[in-house]
Amino acid sequence: MNTREIIKNGLWDQNIVFSQLLGMCPAMAVTTSGTNGLGMGLATTVVLVGANILISSIRDFVSPQVRIPVYIVVIATLVTLVDMSLNAWMHDLYRVLGLFIALIVVNCAVLGRADSFASRSTVLASALDGLCMGLGFTVALTAIGLIRELIGMGTLFNQASLLLGPRFAFLEMKVFPDYGGVLMMVLPPAGFLVLGLLLAAKRLVERRAAASARSGAAALAVENATGCH
Amino acid sequence: MNLNQLQPPTAPHSLSANSVSRIMLTVLATLVPATIFGFWLYGWPALFLWIITVLAALLGEAACLKLAGNKALPTLSDGSALVTGWLLALSLPPWAPWWIGAVGGLFATTLAKQVFGGLGYNLFNPAMVARVFLLISFPVQMTVWIAPMPITSAAAPGFHDGLLIFLGNIPKPDAIASASLLGFAKTELSRGTDLLHSLVGSAYGISLTGARAGSLGETASLLIAAGGLVLLALRIIAWHIPVSMIAGIAIPALVANAIDPARYLDVTSHLLSGGAMLGAFYIATDYVTSPNTKAGQVVFGLACGFLTYVIRTWGGYPEGVAFAVLVMNACTPVIDRYLKPRILGRNWRGAPLDPAVERAKS
Repeated sequence: MNTREIIKNGLWDQNIVFSQLLGMCPAMAVTTSGTNGLGMGLATTVVLVGANILISSIRDFVSPQVRIPVYIVVIATLVTLVDMSLNAWMHDLYRVLGLFIALIVVNCAVLGRADSFASRSTVLASALDGLCMGLGFTVALTAIGLIRELIGMGTLFNQASLLLGPRFAFLEMKVFPDYGGVLMMVLPPAGFLVLGLLLAAKRLVERRAAASARSGAAALAVENATGCH
Repeated sequence: MNLNQLQPPTAPHSLSANSVSRIMLTVLATLVPATIFGFWLYGWPALFLWIITVLAALLGEAACLKLAGNKALPTLSDGSALVTGWLLALSLPPWAPWWIGAVGGLFATTLAKQVFGGLGYNLFNPAMVARVFLLISFPVQMTVWIAPMPITSAAAPGFHDGLLIFLGNIPKPDAIASASLLGFAKTELSRGTDLLHSLVGSAYGISLTGARAGSLGETASLLIAAGGLVLLALRIIAWHIPVSMIAGIAIPALVANAIDPARYLDVTSHLLSGGAMLGAFYIATDYVTSPNTKAGQVVFGLACGFLTYVIRTWGGYPEGVAFAVLVMNACTPVIDRYLKPRILGRNWRGAPLDPAVERAKS
């Protein structure tokens, strides 16, 4: 699998949330704001890259029979490290994301990449795959979070300075002043609503792209056919 | 008996003039008296809110049909979106601002109905989904009730003032803000005043003429019930769901009220308040989201009524019809799975009937 394909798969074609529909628990639970989605996505990305690198480098020594427990131990160790680091250096964000950081262990996307990609690829390719899958996950969670936050509270990237440091306070926007808010959008059902609508939007984009590619190919074929004569 | 006489002629056996649009229009016709009474009771803002809710429901349906690449007009004219918008409007506080009706109407026909595939495919009653969405999202606007002031009375806002209230431009005077009976009873109980003291002499007692605070279609309970009886007489709906749902509310209310009248509201208040009548006759009887068999419908209705009573009495919200109906909508596939009709030629367990025994019976 070449580099371009790995990047495209992670960000769009096999996006963890929008195509594989994995990692639904964090995708529903923490996406009440763009900042939470971004923080969760980045934490998961770190774990994905680390887990993919480690598992790819030990792939020749792990027999298929015991691979799942081994992967889980590697992933759990990494998650514990991320959890402790966040607690130490980004304590405010840690208090928001709290429980869900530890739950990255059971995010099936991480185990999924380990088993389906890292266990049969080189270390470099695995690292790139983890990074792109993680970034795709981050983009998806941030998008869901931003939409829910915008409609639900009328803000964008609320409390972003907690995650990225005070220099990023400019990201925090109050889009609608005097906004009463839509409580439902920050409650769990809206996570499903927004995810469903984004899935539909992604498929619409893909269908449009496929249709235009088809018509382009057809036009090319006609051109070639007429060119022959 | 000559067996040949029992052989049916080839299909079609007979045709009825019934159609989806005919059923929907009959339902609407029976809602007209209660709606007009609501307009009279709550004035111009209620009329404006009703108009925008119905229009938003129609618009949402049309937009989804267009997106799906279908012609909008044939489906719109079946009247189901009209019924959804109308029922939603009847369940709203009559002086709610315009965007409550607009958001609710759009939500009902798009996210609660068309995303599932349109009429016949929706799991949940669209009007109730929209009402619950509005209630959870905008708790303040959805619980501001006003004391009734008939449109002919001097205190009622005129056309112009009504429009301003509807557009949310002038705040509602505090003097007319009021609570519905169920809400009042719940607040007083939580403050430690028992019902024997709080309801006596207050303006919140049940009134059969409907002159009390509530949603647009709430106070006209008797007119709603009358409309429901007409639907029963016309066989648009069967008796199973309405009767069992009313029983589901009335039986626990009777028992609890007999045990402790200071803590539990009486049966009349329960049946004529909130969405009990609208729910029993118009919401729970939705063909699409209720069970198919008669036994299933009885279970469904009883559970709807009982859940309504439980939520009203012990839940966080003063009214529970919408929640109860949605919960039971979710249970409908389960009910349909366990309460199936008997297969012709087989007993209830699915074993073939013994021809000799059956012949002896007939």
